[in-house]
Amino acid sequence: MSLQIIQSNCTVCGACEFECPNAAISFTGETYIIDPELCTECKGSYDKPQCAEVCPVPETCVPA
Amino acid sequence: MSANVISLDGLSVGSKDSLTKAMEAEGCSSSSCGSSDAPEDMDPATWEKVKDHPCYSEEAHHYFARMHVAVAPACNIQCNYCNRKYDCANESRPGVVSERLTPEQAARKVIAVANEIPQLSVLGIAGPGDSAYDWRKTRATFKLVQEQLPDIKLCLSTNGLSLPDHVDDLLDMNIDHVTLTINMIDPEVGTKIYPWIFYQHKRHHGLEASQILHERQMESLDLLHARGILVKVNSVMIPGINDEHLLEVNKEVKRRGAFLHNIMPLISAPEHGTVFGLEGQRGPTAAELKKLQDACAGGANLMKHCRQCRADAVGLLGEDRGQEFTMDLVPDEVTYDPAKRETYKEWVAKEREDRRAAAAEAQAETVSAVAEDSAAMLVAVATKGGGRINQHFGHATEFQIFEVDAAGVRFVTHRRCDNYCVGGYGEEDKLELVIKTLEGIDTILCAKIGDCPREDLAAAGIEAIQDYAFEYIETAVSAVYRAKRGLPAIARETA
Repeated sequence: MSLQIIQSNCTVCGACEFECPNAAISFTGETYIIDPELCTECKGSYDKPQCAEVCPVPETCVPA
Repeated sequence: MSANVISLDGLSVGSKDSLTKAMEAEGCSSSSCGSSDAPEDMDPATWEKVKDHPCYSEEAHHYFARMHVAVAPACNIQCNYCNRKYDCANESRPGVVSERLTPEQAARKVIAVANEIPQLSVLGIAGPGDSAYDWRKTRATFKLVQEQLPDIKLCLSTNGLSLPDHVDDLLDMNIDHVTLTINMIDPEVGTKIYPWIFYQHKRHHGLEASQILHERQMESLDLLHARGILVKVNSVMIPGINDEHLLEVNKEVKRRGAFLHNIMPLISAPEHGTVFGLEGQRGPTAAELKKLQDACAGGANLMKHCRQCRADAVGLLGEDRGQEFTMDLVPDEVTYDPAKRETYKEWVAKEREDRRAAAAEAQAETVSAVAEDSAAMLVAVATKGGGRINQHFGHATEFQIFEVDAAGVRFVTHRRCDNYCVGGYGEEDKLELVIKTLEGIDTILCAKIGDCPREDLAAAGIEAIQDYAFEYIETAVSAVYRAKRGLPAIARETA
């Protein structure tokens, strides 16, 4: 149960890192990645996954 | 709501008389009603805040430089004129940036620039992204810079959605300038500009999104005004969507205490990949923009010298030296040397006094030489800054346009004639572009011009004059006006 970031779509704005309640998203030096061990898809925290809600590019934060 | 809208069609374009009448009707006493106001038109506390800020004072923009650092790329709203994937070093427009910096890198870059460009007076954080949403990074950058450069003015540009949460921080850091981008005060209009916003952990669409954004923007304006922070409101003019509506926006932001209103033309092309660009939404023409700006006379003071610069621009408005200061060129360790900037500031203080005196002198001469009701004329000027005619015609990438009549010389706007993102223009093509750019203007002042372009311009009905090289703009423009509109000596004696 985790989301992933489609790298070719990512604009590297970092909004997802900022909003993630689980600190599951980190910057690798070039792009952002989601740690599947930490991602809960925001279940129990918010109605919808925060990374997908804030991401400016459609279909970029999607279920892994 | 449309009952309050003044029809744009009923207003003439840019005539001095209509402007004067409109301002008299609204009780505005300033002749320029803009940011060029000298101290006598402004309370001293406000002047102190804006006098060295090129974006807030038309006069200051001849002397002082700004730089932007792109440290806060995350955004909390989606605008139809913005595409977050764009980056081109040759492109110059808001939101475009070539490198994103950490707060530490940004602080180093600011010091490096301050050491090289003594005109630097302002550090702004203006995107891409929203500086108040990604507040941790904005705040960290400001803190680091302020430690080393305590006299630099800090300012930020934001959509206002998150700003109310950080107003106390602004006060702590002595930030006294904030730009709010407000494109509507009617959420129905907003639905055509903002597809969604992200607020309180939820994405909101449609009318609800614009309603929330509008309320937060008004709250931001009120909070900032109440705390004495100067607010410039930026509005993007989108023909057919908010063009007439911006008159209402202008009145409302003035009522709420905005210091300056900057109405900017939408920049839109399919290759920008924005919703508006792809839909074929056009930007306004220069005439449409001026018509709207003139119609706003009497409302919030208008900024007319905005260059819609890149989000990582460095230098005087109208120039961008950002490419000289990319991170790979900034040393790992930089120490601030205040000497250059201090010397420059002293020089500017004196230079400004001299320029004001020269302008007053030229004005007095004009009054005695032309009839009071002489028609106004527009003059194009090639300048590198400093308020003087000091640029070679061939080097000009923009012209500043001044209006002159018996009442004085006023900055009106600038017109760009660089062909960014096209490149490869030959001399002749450039000249054609200049002639197109100068539509409606028949006189241009520059420091020097070659015989060939001067003859070509003359053939197009434009007189290029280099006799006033290195003079103050006001002195030169007044002299040209007197030469063209001056009464014959006999009439003068009998008048």
